[in-house]
Amino acid sequence: MSLSPTLNIAVSILFDGLAYAMFLFIVSVGLSVTMGLMGFVNLAHGAFAMAGGYIVLSATRAWGVPFFLSLLVAFFIVGAVSVVFERVLYSKLYKATELDQVLLTIGLAFMAIATFTYIYGPIPQSIHLPEYLNGQINVGFRTFPVYRAFLIVVGAALIAVLWYGFERTNIGAKIRAAVDNRRMAQSIGINVDRLFTLTFAVGSGLAAIGGGLSIPLLGLSPSFAIIYLVFFLLVVAVGGLGSFKGTLVAAIVLGIFDTGGKYLYADAGGFFIYAVAVLILLVKPAGLYGRD
Amino acid sequence: MAETNPAMAEAAAPSSSATGGMSAQRARAIAFMTNRHHLSWLETIPWVLAIAAYFIFPDRMTFGTQTLIMVLFALSLDLILGFAGIVTLGHAAFFGVGAYTVALLASRYGWGEPITALLASAAAAAVVGFASGWLLLRYRGLSLLVLTLSTTIMLQEIGNLFPTITGGYDGIPGLQISPLFGVFQYDLYSHTNYLYCLAVLFVLFFMVRRIVNSPFGEALAGIRENVARMHAIGSPVHGRLVAVYTIAAAIAGVAGALFAQTNAYVTLGVFDFENSAGVMVMLALGGAGRLYGAFAGAVIYMVLQDYLAKMSPAFWQFGIGLLLVFTVMFARRGLFGVLEDARRLLRRGTP
Amino acid sequence: MTAALEIRELHKNFGALQVTRDVNLTLDRGARHALIGPNGAGKTTLVNLITGVLKPTSGKVLLDGEDITALSQAKRSRRGIARTFQINQLFRGLTVLENLYLAIGERTRACNRLWRPAGAEGAVIEEAMVHLESLKLADDALKLVRELPYGRQRLVEIAIALAQRPRVLLLDEPAAGVPSSESHLILDVVGALDPDIAILIIEHDMDVVFRFAKQITVLVAGAVLTQGLPQEIIADPRVRAVYLGAEADRETRHG
Repeated sequence: MSLSPTLNIAVSILFDGLAYAMFLFIVSVGLSVTMGLMGFVNLAHGAFAMAGGYIVLSATRAWGVPFFLSLLVAFFIVGAVSVVFERVLYSKLYKATELDQVLLTIGLAFMAIATFTYIYGPIPQSIHLPEYLNGQINVGFRTFPVYRAFLIVVGAALIAVLWYGFERTNIGAKIRAAVDNRRMAQSIGINVDRLFTLTFAVGSGLAAIGGGLSIPLLGLSPSFAIIYLVFFLLVVAVGGLGSFKGTLVAAIVLGIFDTGGKYLYADAGGFFIYAVAVLILLVKPAGLYGRD
Repeated sequence: MAETNPAMAEAAAPSSSATGGMSAQRARAIAFMTNRHHLSWLETIPWVLAIAAYFIFPDRMTFGTQTLIMVLFALSLDLILGFAGIVTLGHAAFFGVGAYTVALLASRYGWGEPITALLASAAAAAVVGFASGWLLLRYRGLSLLVLTLSTTIMLQEIGNLFPTITGGYDGIPGLQISPLFGVFQYDLYSHTNYLYCLAVLFVLFFMVRRIVNSPFGEALAGIRENVARMHAIGSPVHGRLVAVYTIAAAIAGVAGALFAQTNAYVTLGVFDFENSAGVMVMLALGGAGRLYGAFAGAVIYMVLQDYLAKMSPAFWQFGIGLLLVFTVMFARRGLFGVLEDARRLLRRGTP
Repeated sequence: MTAALEIRELHKNFGALQVTRDVNLTLDRGARHALIGPNGAGKTTLVNLITGVLKPTSGKVLLDGEDITALSQAKRSRRGIARTFQINQLFRGLTVLENLYLAIGERTRACNRLWRPAGAEGAVIEEAMVHLESLKLADDALKLVRELPYGRQRLVEIAIALAQRPRVLLLDEPAAGVPSSESHLILDVVGALDPDIAILIIEHDMDVVFRFAKQITVLVAGAVLTQGLPQEIIADPRVRAVYLGAEADRETRHG
């Protein structure tokens, strides 16, 4: 038994779109929560993802660390470094204008890109995946690329963990409260600054994981930090600042539209993700699940 | 008010000291509002320097021309960012529209006359500015950043859809631009180009200066300072913003047109995010909302790029990133902000 | 004669939360009307509904008989409604003169002009100075607003509202935040306002209310508890219970 051509393409689009959406979600969720929490525009977020990718690259290649472990290594290294940035630079600008935040973080992104270009060169790189993540998996009516399936599974697992953390733990409740009304949260004793540092570290670490996971899918080069930043911003804006559910829905919608557009209209494909984002934002400027 | 001089006392007698004080205050008020419009001798400096550069660095005129174009581009952004206080990430759209207007006029319709092409570019960019401004300036914050960024990328993607017209990413090379006024031929060393761009910059600069020092310009300052108050006093805020956005778009379009004319070559790279970010960085370095900040910032940026990029593109990117971080952390209002602070410190120092 | 301002069955919900319930209020020309009520009663919300910052869920706002419910804030302002905010909304980085210049320039549409120099608008500057002189702010004309003490900033807030030449003026706690040594400046100004303007003042200070108001509306939980003359309001036991409780006790004890 096999599928008709149209159904086949539709399934491919959904499947690949979902895999891409997982990547978008994993990287963007940190950006969305930190922007919702502190109102801080962090355009260096893409650079965190890129850095994570390069750490995974070096870890698997040069240090012989297994793929999964290197993702964790990237998580912790980037998370730790981001805390330094936050304490030394970002925290001075929480009350500053949006423009200043944009400029500072663009500057940091430029510095990061330049540094990694210097170390790794500008040419796109790829990594060696463990054997069991390569190839195709046969489910009867068709085959699917193993790595994409893996990405969807990992994504779902992370979503479950994060959702649990967000909705069911004390810390998650505090984060949600602070996103909703920071002043009120502070007045009932929540240490919003410390909460933010923690959230920021986790979010940046997740971006690093996302960056690492994306290499087999998208390749890695320093300009990744800016090129994909646009998509992360789209997901965050369309989903709504500070919204877990919003980031997920936006990632899925935009991921599928982008994949669909590229499969169906090879030349014009890239257009769709922007068109969809713009249309949604025109109607709901605060995003699908944003407030105000 | 004791008058020892009888003649002065007589002159002062008809008006009481109160109204005498009042009319002095009113005169000061009028002087205050008028002064900004008057030209100070300091304002001749950038122009003198620009002309001096022509004679001192005759072999760097190509670089000089591109710098002047960036000054104009930064000036156009200053209207929106520095004066109206609106942050966007898509200003390159108008630059690109201007550049492609020239390119298409020259390559598809054989129209190479430069001045009319400038006007056409300004008009085309103004139309795009008006349409996008009317639609998008209802939004702020992240929404506006993403919307403006997206519309510029979409313009680029549309351009990519019609490579026979736009030349795709390879662009349109070998544009035939007619001699200026039918007389001044473009020479290999860009001497004509430089003076041409300087003249255009001069005209447009003083236009912008006039606008900024007008009652409309005052309203822009009000919008930047407190938009809630502006609504409450009856200001048609959206209309004002669309108007200034359209004007800024037209000027950016002229900058793009000059770019196309002086390079005789245009690619879709004119719409790149790097272009929008770069011009914002220029204003940050020089100081936004100060007109001449565009000069300072563009020159600093271009000189640094020229110097560092020769060593390696990574050096340039790192250097500009570092300078940007430094500027935001320590010199928030750019070079002109630093100069103003210095002047204020000096004034307080002298008795 | 049509009322200067009329609010009919004004209703506002935010989802399930009803912040304004069936409010009816009339301001005649020259009205001196106070709006009082406990914190959170929705007084500022009501002002926001009148000025157009918020759109009502249902009900009408009429200015001199004209239905302005669908109009934007700016359009309502142009038709003659001015307000002061509970927390100053000034152009802090501009001079006091420029703050007034903008209010007048927008009213007279001088701010539409982008080719004339700002200093050429002699009439605008003249009028700005007249307003500043009448509020004793003329000496501060060229100072930046953020350099003024809060009490004088509050005066600038009122000056801007007056510079709009309103028919209806809404004052949201005009003396709020002003040190008591300076509050008489504000209150004198309020007391000396043009008798033709219809004024609605939100206030907590009962002395101010009874000195100034000829009519009082009491707002509780978004709805009008009662309206009437000051003497009626003092005597009303419901008002005493909800709002004047402590004051009434003190009065009866000290006679």
